Amino acid sequence: MASEQPSVPAKAKLWNRPGFRALVFQVLLVAVLLYFGLTILGNTLHNLEQRGISTGFGFLNNEAGFGIVMSLIEFNESHTFGRTFLVGLLNTVLVSFLGIILATILGFLIGVARLSRNWIVSRLAAVYIETFRNIPLLLQILFWYFAVLAQLPRPKQSIGIGETVFLNNRGLYMGAPVPEAGFSMTIAAFFIGIIATFFIARWAHKRQDATGKQFHTVWAGIGLIIGLPAVVFLFSGTPLAWDLPVLKGFNFKGGMVIIPELAALLLALSIYTASFIAEIVRSGILSVSHGQTEAAHALGLRNAPTLRLIIIPQAMRVIIPQLTSQYLNLTKNSSLATAVGYPDLVAVFAGTTLNQTGQAVEVIAMTMAVYLTLSLLISFYMNWYNKRKQLVER
Amino acid sequence: MMKKNYLAVAAIASAVLISSNANAGTTFDAVKKKGFVQCGVTTGLTGFSAPDDKGNWTGIDVDGCRAVAAAVFGDAKAVKFTPLTAKERFTALQSGEIDMLSRNTTWTLTRDSSLGISFAGVNYYDGQGFLVNKDLGVKSATELDGAAVCIQAGTTTELNLADYFRAKGMSYTPVTYDKSEETVKAFEAGRCDVLTSDQSQLYALRLKLKSPEAAGVLPEVISKEPLGPVVRQGDDAWFKVVRWSLIAQVNAEELGVTSANIDDMKKNSTDPNVKRLIGLDGIKGEGLNLDDAWAYNIVKQVGNYGEMFERNVGMDSPLKIARGLNDLWTRGGLQYGTPIR
Repeated sequence: MASEQPSVPAKAKLWNRPGFRALVFQVLLVAVLLYFGLTILGNTLHNLEQRGISTGFGFLNNEAGFGIVMSLIEFNESHTFGRTFLVGLLNTVLVSFLGIILATILGFLIGVARLSRNWIVSRLAAVYIETFRNIPLLLQILFWYFAVLAQLPRPKQSIGIGETVFLNNRGLYMGAPVPEAGFSMTIAAFFIGIIATFFIARWAHKRQDATGKQFHTVWAGIGLIIGLPAVVFLFSGTPLAWDLPVLKGFNFKGGMVIIPELAALLLALSIYTASFIAEIVRSGILSVSHGQTEAAHALGLRNAPTLRLIIIPQAMRVIIPQLTSQYLNLTKNSSLATAVGYPDLVAVFAGTTLNQTGQAVEVIAMTMAVYLTLSLLISFYMNWYNKRKQLVER
Repeated sequence: MMKKNYLAVAAIASAVLISSNANAGTTFDAVKKKGFVQCGVTTGLTGFSAPDDKGNWTGIDVDGCRAVAAAVFGDAKAVKFTPLTAKERFTALQSGEIDMLSRNTTWTLTRDSSLGISFAGVNYYDGQGFLVNKDLGVKSATELDGAAVCIQAGTTTELNLADYFRAKGMSYTPVTYDKSEETVKAFEAGRCDVLTSDQSQLYALRLKLKSPEAAGVLPEVISKEPLGPVVRQGDDAWFKVVRWSLIAQVNAEELGVTSANIDDMKKNSTDPNVKRLIGLDGIKGEGLNLDDAWAYNIVKQVGNYGEMFERNVGMDSPLKIARGLNDLWTRGGLQYGTPIR
């Protein structure tokens, strides 16, 4: 280390060398932080024990004994508290994932509409943005849940679309597909389609680079990914049955259901976040100088390809870092679920499980760790994506 | 709104993390020093703990806290209330935010043994029931297969419900909310077919419906719910004050001592039991480290158990709940005053 400091003679006393001093201070800082952390931990354990509060993670193996309205994995009362953690985690991931996709699509559409030369379209987009961006999210969730979805008819007066889809204030009921023998062939065809499309895209790209000839990759892809499985499905004798919802007793049974708590939360989260994304998209597009558009037009590109091939790729560099923050916000905002009783991690695990076991420190620590991990994963992925989209200087 | 709850939980968790002096044996002294009892109650449950139209807290659980204040300070008004949801209540008690929890809380083994808290008695024997809309035509809880059920999160109700349906081999959809008002709102909107809670609560919640006559409570009682005041573990002196405040009220009813006749009794009664209760004879307040008139103050200012019951949930209240299990043991109930002597 000292060799990096040529201004200091090699004979200087050890404690006079800047490198050595820096090292000492860093070691001291780490030691103090470590001591601080350990003191807190020791204090906590000591206090919890003194107050007769159980500690440790053993409770995760105990039977939960309560039901959860919606679960992506099998769950009933005889499963453990550990399982309630998983159920809550998956529900949080589900609503965040769907919310991010919906908010992105909606946000891009509104953002582009905001820049439209059509006066009505751009005004409508502006009204949308200013309205939803300025109303607190919690109010929006409560609005969708209590003012809109709760007004739907009761199960016996459900709005039915054919015999397969029913809408009432308990949720949206749909037939659930039940695969029969031979359906695996259709699934295999689907994956073959995806792989084939990938290779065709690579080949088309290379060919265009070499010869300048374009290939309709999109249409070929659609044909392979949707058409191929469809053909296989028909030829293997449509091996798929439908589990239809039937009104029985109090409510519909069978099929799939989207509960109103999920719908309200998802609507509010995506509409709210989309208004921010729209502004981000607008700023991104405006950051690309108008000269780019003029140059593209001069080369003979029409409006749509100009936007798709010239403007958006450059705008993405501005958009992505801000988009990351919005995705993180959406994920963390999903914890407002508890206001309408959607069983996300905070409602199920940091709510009911915490209360039934009384182990606040462990439960809150686990919940915080989950949000931290989810956020880090999202920003890790977005940073990687950002790096790919950054200007590559040759 | 909800965010705040979690902030509270987090704050409490960090309070546990940071405060290094354990508070064993200090609650009683701390309460005496600050001059009032900090009491955890519901966010509003008619008959148990709810603010009236003037903002004064009333209810049987509230009176439990007032009785303790009367015993300790000779002033039933020396109480401050902290409204808590079911999910927040134990953390609030554990962390020392409140001195006692009087919030229709069921006494169970898990709670008594693993949360660092102690139940000081039973001020109301309850049981879980079901509230349904009459137009469903359901006459018994055994017909509830497949129903959607509204529940309050973090309660024993949630567990009993699961047990009941499992034992009967029936299915149900739990719809869970943080506050009991939200369960009523959802029940009214038709999000669920059934509202389940302790029966006493169902009568109170029913009054909040737009048309209370349209809903009825099913006959089945599916669980035992002994509700009572709770204190933090580790201060036996405080625990005993809370426990005996309740016992004194039951004893007063057994002896026929009421807030109206206690002054008369004090002058004229020759019954040694009454004299011991009022603090003219026997151990008086010595053992509990209280004023000799501790029980006199409770009965004078809050009333005996029967008065407290009738005023808040019984025939003198909108709830009109019969004494039932909460009658004195001499009349076939379970309320039994441990002797004051």
